[in-house]
Amino acid sequence: MIISALLAVPLIGAIILMFLPRENKELLKMFAVGVATLNFIISLPLYFMYDSAAVSPDGYRFAAQIAWIPSLSISYHVGVDGLNLFLILLTTFLTVICILSSWTAIEEQLTEYLAIMLFLETAVIGVFVSLDLFLFYLFWEASLIPMAILIGRWGGKNRIYAATKFILYTMVGSAPMLVAMLAVYVWGGHTADLPTLVANANVIPPDTQKWLFFAFALAFAVKVPLFPLHTWLPSAHVEAPTAGSIILAGVLLKMGTYSLMRYAMPLFPMAIATWTPLLVSLSVIGILYGALVALVQDDVKKLVAYSSVAHMGFIVLGMFSGGQIGMSAAVVQMVNHGLSTGMLFFLIGVLYEQRHTREFSEYGGIWVKVPVFGVFLILATFSSVGLPGLNGFVGEFLVLLSTFSVNRTAAIFATFGIVLGAWYLLTAVRKVLFGPLNTANENLIDMTFQNKPREFCISVAIIALCFLIGLFPNLLFDKINPATAQLATLIHATTLIAGQ
Amino acid sequence: MIDQIPLSYYLLLSAILFTIGAGGVLIRRNAIIILMCVEMMMNAVNLTFIAFSRYLQSADGQIFVFMIMVVAAVEVAVGLALLVELNRHREAVNIDEFNSLKG
Amino acid sequence: MANFIWLVIALPVLGALFNGILGRRVGYQVVSMVGPAVVLAAFLVGVGAFIDVLNHQGEAIQVHLWTWATIGNFNVPVTLLVDPVSATMVLVVTGIGFLIHVYATDYMVHHDHDHTHPDRDFARFFTFLNIFIASMLILVLGNNYALMFVGWELVGACSYLLIGFWYDRTEDPQRAIEIDGAESVSIPSLLSPAASGMKAFVVNRIGDVGFALGIFLIWSTIGSLEFTTVFEKVHELDHNTISWIALLLFVGAMGKSAQIPLYVWLPDAMAGPTPVSALIHAATMVTAGVYMIVRSHAIYNLAPEVSLFIAFVGAITAFIAGTIALVQVDLKRVLAYSTVSQLGYMFMAVGVGAYSSGMFHLVTHAFFKACLFLGAGSVMHALHDVIDIRRMGGLKDKMPHTYRTFFIAGLALAGIPPMSGFFSKDEIMAKAFEASPILWGIGIVTAGMTAFYTFRAIFIAFHGEPRDHHLYEHAHENRSAVTVPLWILAALATFGGLLGLPAPILNELGIPIPHLLDNWLKPVLEIAHAAEHGEAHHLSFMTEVVLLLTSSVVAIGSVGLAYFFYVVNPEIPKNLARTTRPLFAVLANKYYVDEIYNSIIVQPALNLSKTMAQGVDMVIIDKGIVDGVAKVIGMIGGLLGDLQSGYIRHYALATFIGALLMVGYFFFR
Repeated sequence: MIISALLAVPLIGAIILMFLPRENKELLKMFAVGVATLNFIISLPLYFMYDSAAVSPDGYRFAAQIAWIPSLSISYHVGVDGLNLFLILLTTFLTVICILSSWTAIEEQLTEYLAIMLFLETAVIGVFVSLDLFLFYLFWEASLIPMAILIGRWGGKNRIYAATKFILYTMVGSAPMLVAMLAVYVWGGHTADLPTLVANANVIPPDTQKWLFFAFALAFAVKVPLFPLHTWLPSAHVEAPTAGSIILAGVLLKMGTYSLMRYAMPLFPMAIATWTPLLVSLSVIGILYGALVALVQDDVKKLVAYSSVAHMGFIVLGMFSGGQIGMSAAVVQMVNHGLSTGMLFFLIGVLYEQRHTREFSEYGGIWVKVPVFGVFLILATFSSVGLPGLNGFVGEFLVLLSTFSVNRTAAIFATFGIVLGAWYLLTAVRKVLFGPLNTANENLIDMTFQNKPREFCISVAIIALCFLIGLFPNLLFDKINPATAQLATLIHATTLIAGQ
Repeated sequence: MIDQIPLSYYLLLSAILFTIGAGGVLIRRNAIIILMCVEMMMNAVNLTFIAFSRYLQSADGQIFVFMIMVVAAVEVAVGLALLVELNRHREAVNIDEFNSLKG
Repeated sequence: MANFIWLVIALPVLGALFNGILGRRVGYQVVSMVGPAVVLAAFLVGVGAFIDVLNHQGEAIQVHLWTWATIGNFNVPVTLLVDPVSATMVLVVTGIGFLIHVYATDYMVHHDHDHTHPDRDFARFFTFLNIFIASMLILVLGNNYALMFVGWELVGACSYLLIGFWYDRTEDPQRAIEIDGAESVSIPSLLSPAASGMKAFVVNRIGDVGFALGIFLIWSTIGSLEFTTVFEKVHELDHNTISWIALLLFVGAMGKSAQIPLYVWLPDAMAGPTPVSALIHAATMVTAGVYMIVRSHAIYNLAPEVSLFIAFVGAITAFIAGTIALVQVDLKRVLAYSTVSQLGYMFMAVGVGAYSSGMFHLVTHAFFKACLFLGAGSVMHALHDVIDIRRMGGLKDKMPHTYRTFFIAGLALAGIPPMSGFFSKDEIMAKAFEASPILWGIGIVTAGMTAFYTFRAIFIAFHGEPRDHHLYEHAHENRSAVTVPLWILAALATFGGLLGLPAPILNELGIPIPHLLDNWLKPVLEIAHAAEHGEAHHLSFMTEVVLLLTSSVVAIGSVGLAYFFYVVNPEIPKNLARTTRPLFAVLANKYYVDEIYNSIIVQPALNLSKTMAQGVDMVIIDKGIVDGVAKVIGMIGGLLGDLQSGYIRHYALATFIGALLMVGYFFFR
């Protein structure tokens, strides 16, 4: 029920929004925020009622299954477990933030903009909760369109190029996935139901699994994005409006990593061993490469975009470190990256709205003018750098710890990524906040509660979550562990079978 | 009497009509004539249907013909409307002037 | 009290929250009450815990707060460990921390006739300082490596923020060092505070990589990170693994405690406010590496090669840093290199297995070096931020309290008996002699240099004629918030030696005075003692005495030499510098280490990064592969597009031919 409501509320909200008077912008915005907030509130019981909820036999809670196309065994099957619980919460949370962050930034075609944001929320939540291949593919492709429109309509100068690139990249990835899905559908007994397919996973011959895994992983790797499939990300981020960047980095990238864990790994457990070396190498390369490239960027958003490549590398690395620790850490790191990068993009947006530039050379020494903003920026950076006490540390440390016990070389290289991470992020902070004041910034307005209550409250909320996760990560791990344990056991068992 | 006329005669006539129609479509430039030629090709097909219907003693073919006639009527209506519009915009019925579908 | 040990962390955090959120509104007087008060409260709790541990005969008390992370069999509790070692550290951190907080309440305020101008970011300063205290306490109180790493990283972050505290200042061009009128040795300009802070953080992170890898290795081989479990099980590992663990952990210590080759950040860290230099970069944070090794002695006892390596790294660092300190003209930098050098002594001690001696020197060093730094800050404060000793001179009458305390602490640093530094350093020297006379040799030479450069600075700055009369006129003694902490620290620097009187000698002489610190730390270091005593061939009484006398003579002689050079006949050092100009230039330029690192690490990394960003990413991957694929597809489309003439007739013909072909196929097949 809750999940269906989560899917329905933004969609219905988007439709109602279309019929509201276009001129009354305040009403439109209030309504959209209201809908998003309502959805966030609806999603909270997923966390707080998680343990008491009825558990379906395969470990999903709040599950709902309604036959949709019975003749093809396609059903509306949704459910929550440790893998997607926090991603759903992250989505509902960040959508509220996104709409709030575009309060003054978006003027043109506000109705459409807000409707698209809400539609995007439905699509993304749909990707996370689907337990049916067909349903999943539907939402997966559906999420593509609103994002592309967000970039292409409300973006920067090169927005059409960026939007096209975004669409084509993702499509190229998902086309082979569709074929592979059909193959899984046929092999797995003519059903699109994920739990059934997972139970039948061993029916598919190992060689076929390898190729099917590849097809799935390709689609997801584009979304993550994994080196060298990442070049759509910087251009998309640079062109996207602030809210687009927040939702893109915060949630859409996680669709890739989440789907790897939800689909590629349990459906093709025999193929994991084959592809692990490649995926681990690519993620380690991504960690170092993203960091190196980020080091010399002139555009703040580009820097954060490349840092995403590096951070997402840690997540993939954790997933393929072969143990439960790495997987749990990867899930937490997805949430962490969503919060810290979302926060960074949000703060960049606050600056951009006032100065209409993102070049480092235009800033410098602005901490004098904006002390409160500076504190938030430093905290967000620390969270991104992986400083203990904040959230980023939890994921990064445990991913590396887990990787080290399996693949020492990878772990050693990846650990050097944290040096580079500190280097480029602190360089960014230094270029923006420190040094003598660049006089062009004389009129910047600080983000105090009096001046900008909306921005201030958003930042406080995100930072509070960062500290909460950093200090009490077990709040998350308690819920995540059963799911990752199950996955790890499954993979382990398959490896044992394959070994014999 | 009609029983004495072999099936092949009908088919031959139909083929001739169809070829004339096809030739007209390919050669003529006036859009109205092309449209008429298309009609002719369709009627050639209709003739075949009727002939086989009679030959096989089955009504299926005649049902097809009704269908085709309806479609043809619709097609003419749409086609002529298009031509009128084209004529208004471009003041020409010469189809060689319409090549904006070029890839 | 030990069960409430979490208060020592919580109190500074509360102080930081208060100062950080309300500090700007409540005014600087309130901030300067709250900031030190929370640390004092933490100190009192620490004393209570100390007494508790004393009553428990040094038995460790564990206070479990919550479980940080649990995944499968991985488990990190947030548990605080109170035992003699951590209790000592808590007292040092909060005690000296409190004094420095008090000092900073005045240091961060500029007095101008009757007006007082608190620093623009007065509240921010105390916020950071309080967070630092909390972080440092997490580091020393954690009962497992993960928690220690948390503190380890957090103190690094605080250090970053505090070094870059005056973030809007630019880099400071240093004037060339003049040897005489004609000749001068150019020296590089000083990094801006923001750049220094970043350098410190990044260099520390390099060390942290080692530390983290060490922790990962412990986890993957032992399956736990808790100290007690690790130390129980470590001997089950093979020797190679133990050595790797020991080495990797030490890499972390190299970063945090500024040892070769990662010491380069510490001198630049002097760009921060002086209380920060005193607290973080002399007394507490930089000793974290020593603390870590003392804490991990169970591992290091099993890795004698690594331990010896550590001892030599320490000795060489002590020597190199000492030589650089000889020619520095920036008072704080003299002290900074001296800190690096003294940390080298501590590593020499722990490297030869003399853990309690290392702790002893850590404590006394905290006393006298904090005092010296605060003294230097007092001078800076009086001279409006001038720190170049060549512009000072004759300050001893203008600033009597600062001078006297600086002199006392200088004596302690120089190792003049019976100051605290004498006892702690001598203990290390004796232990080093036991392990290897080479170490002792390096140590004694360094000790001579230490005494020399300390008193060189004192004589140039405080004695003689004023060199800059304008500054001299301006100079004045500071208020009691500055001088009282100075005197307290000077007293500690004088009597701190009582903690560790040379028991072997005294006992031999029939004076039954125990080595207090040794006995106090014994419960924790028992394993170390057992190992030490098992194979111990203790130095004979005569050797001990001879070593003691040698140290004293060298120290006193060097002070005398400094007096002769800089007070009696100032021409000698100038002549000496002129005759050894190349060597002098190398030392003044710190062996060009920064330049070397810059050209072999930083620049190549940046170049690689540029190549990656502009070459590989933009050209090869994006323009080449991605756009290339798009272009090829576009070309194919273009070719096929030519087939679409746009003439209906062509399409019809194609259809017709196609139909014919199909019919023909079925007809003739």
